[in-house]
Amino acid sequence: MTTTHETEPEVSPPSQRGDRIFAGLAKSAGLVILAALAAVFIFLAVEGIPGVNQPAETYAPLSSFLPYVGRLLFGTVFAALIALVIAVPFALGIALFISHYAPRVLAAPVAYVVDLLAAVPSVVFGLWGARALAPQLVSVQAWLGEHLGFIPFFAGPASVTGKTVLTAGVVLAIMILPIITAISREIFAQTPRLHEEAALALGATRWEMIRYAVFPYARSGIVSAVMLGLGRALGETMAVALVLSASPVVTLNMISNTNPATIASNIASSFAEATPAKLSVLIATGLVLFAFTFAVNFAARAVVARSERKFSR
Amino acid sequence: MAKSIDVSDLDIYYGDFLAVQGVNMTIKARSVTAFIGPSGCGKSTVLRSLNRMHEVIPGARVEGKIMVDGQSLYDPSIDPVAVRRQIGMVFQRPNPFPTMSIYDNVLAGNRLNSKRMKKAEQDAIVEKSLRGANLWNEVKDRLNKPGMGLSGGQQQRLCIARAIAVEPQVLLMDEPCSALDPISTSAIEDLIHELKSEFTIVIVTHNMQQAARVSDDTGFFNLKAAGQPGQLVEMNATKKMFSNPDNEATEAYISGRFG
Ligand SMILES: Nc1ncnc2c1ncn2[C@@H]1O[C@H](COP(=O)(O)OP(=O)(O)OP(=O)(O)O)[C@@H](O)[C@H]1O
Ligand SMILES: [Mg+2]
Repeated sequence: MTTTHETEPEVSPPSQRGDRIFAGLAKSAGLVILAALAAVFIFLAVEGIPGVNQPAETYAPLSSFLPYVGRLLFGTVFAALIALVIAVPFALGIALFISHYAPRVLAAPVAYVVDLLAAVPSVVFGLWGARALAPQLVSVQAWLGEHLGFIPFFAGPASVTGKTVLTAGVVLAIMILPIITAISREIFAQTPRLHEEAALALGATRWEMIRYAVFPYARSGIVSAVMLGLGRALGETMAVALVLSASPVVTLNMISNTNPATIASNIASSFAEATPAKLSVLIATGLVLFAFTFAVNFAARAVVARSERKFSR
Repeated sequence: MAKSIDVSDLDIYYGDFLAVQGVNMTIKARSVTAFIGPSGCGKSTVLRSLNRMHEVIPGARVEGKIMVDGQSLYDPSIDPVAVRRQIGMVFQRPNPFPTMSIYDNVLAGNRLNSKRMKKAEQDAIVEKSLRGANLWNEVKDRLNKPGMGLSGGQQQRLCIARAIAVEPQVLLMDEPCSALDPISTSAIEDLIHELKSEFTIVIVTHNMQQAARVSDDTGFFNLKAAGQPGQLVEMNATKKMFSNPDNEATEAYISGRFG
C-alpha cells in the first residue's frame, strides 16, 4: 500500500478505463437486444393488427380471425407438447448418463454427438421426417390405432402416409433434444460434491443419490431447459411444414390424415401466394405466437424464481 | 451393535498416487478413536476407506485388509452401499440436503432403506435422533422448515442426527467441529461422550485438546518425508499418547514443537 504511491496513478486509470469500456459494451449489448425485441414487436403489431379485421374469405376455411388463430395456436401447442413428452425423458436420461453414469471415455463422445444434432439445419430434419421417418412410422401408427384406439390420441383411422402430427412431434423432439440435454447436463455436473457425498455416505445407490442430491439441486435448471426446448418447438417452421399436410382443425387425434397446423408452419406454407390481406393475417398470427412464447417464458421464470425462493430460506 | 475394526497393511491410492502406506491398527468397539496429524498426511483418506467412501472418487483404490468384526470390508461379495448403511459418516462441512425439511433430513437415511414406516414410527425416530444429537429442544417447533435455515453448528448436529438415525455400527467424523464456535463444539463433544456407549466412533481432529478430551485411543499420522506417502506413526491409548508417547515425532507434534 505505502510503497506503490507513485505508480498508483499510472496503474489505476487504464484499469478503470478498461472497466468503463467493458461496462459500456455490456450495457449496449443488453440494450441492443431489448431494442431488437421491441422493433420486432412493433413491426408485428403495425403490420399485423389490420390482419385481425379482414374480409371473411381471407380466413378460409373459417370466417374470422379468432377461430383461425385459435386453431393454429392449438396445433402449435399440441405439436410442441408431443415433442416435449418424447424429448424430455430422453434428454434427462442422456444428460444423466453423460454426467453421472458413463465412464469418462464415453461421456465426451456422447455429449459431442448430441451437440452435433443441434447443428443440423431444420430443413434437413423436415425432409428426413417427411421422406424417411414418416413411412417408417406408418406401421407403428397403425398398431397404435388398432390397440390403443380407445385413447383419443390414437383414435385413428391411421394415416397411410405417416405424415401426421405424431411424426412431426417426433421430428421436433429430436430437434429440441440437444438443447435440453446440454443445459441439464451442465447443471447435473455442477451438483455440489458435498451433497452427493452426503447421500452416498448414508448408503444411497447411485440412483438414490441422484434423487436426493442431483435432482433437487437441478430442478430450476431443468425447468429452464425444458422451457427453452418448448420455445424452440413452438417456433419451429420448416420441419413441421414439410412433414404435415395440415388443415386448421382442432383434434387430439395424433395419427389420422387430418392434422392441426402450427402457426409457424402455416406462415411458411401460405406466405408465397399470400395476398396483402392474407399477409397481414399471417403476420397477426405471428404476433400471437410471439406473445404466447413470451408468456410461456415469463411463466417459467416465475416458477423457477418461486422454487428458488422456497429452497434458499 | 457397535463393531471393532482391524486394519492391516492398508495402502491407499488416488490413481497412481500412493497417498497412505502400510497402516496397521485396531479400532475398539464402543470407544472413541481420534486421528491426529499435520495437514495432507492422509487422515481423511484413511477415514474414508473405512466406509468405502474413498472409492467414489474416480481412480481411487485401496490395497490391504480391513476387517469389521471379522468380516472383510473389501471382499468382492460385499456391497459398498450396504457398508455405508452400517458405517455412518459426518463431514467437515455440514451438508444437510438443502431442499429437505429438518424432519426429512433426519429420516433421509431411513427412507433409503425403503422400508415403509408408519408416521408414528417416523416421529419417534426423528425425536430420538434429534435428542441424541442435542438438537431437539432447538428445532422441535420447526421440524418442517428447511434444514438449511439452521445455524452452522445446528446444521452439523442435524447431520449427526441424520447419521445416527439409521443406528449405524460405526460413526466416522471428519473434523466435525472445525467450522463451529466453542459452544457448538462443546455440545458436540458432549454428544460424542454419550454416543460412545452405543457406537464405535472414529474422529479426525486438528485440535489436540479435543483429541485429549474425547478419545480413548489416538493415532498419529505423518508423512514419511516430504513427497512421500503418509503413514500411521503411532497408535496408543490417548492418556499415554499425551503424557508419554513411544515416538519422538508424536511428542514433538503434540507438544507443538513440530518442524
Ligand atoms: N480427491 C483427491 N485426489 C487426489 N489426491 C487427493 C485427493 N484427496 C486427497 N488427496 C491427497 O491425498 C493426501 C492425503 O489427503 P487427506 O485429505 O487424506 O489429508 P488430511 O490428513 O485429511 O489433511 P487435512 O488435515 O488437511 O484434512 C494428500 O496428499 C492429498 O493431496
Ligand atoms: Mg482431512
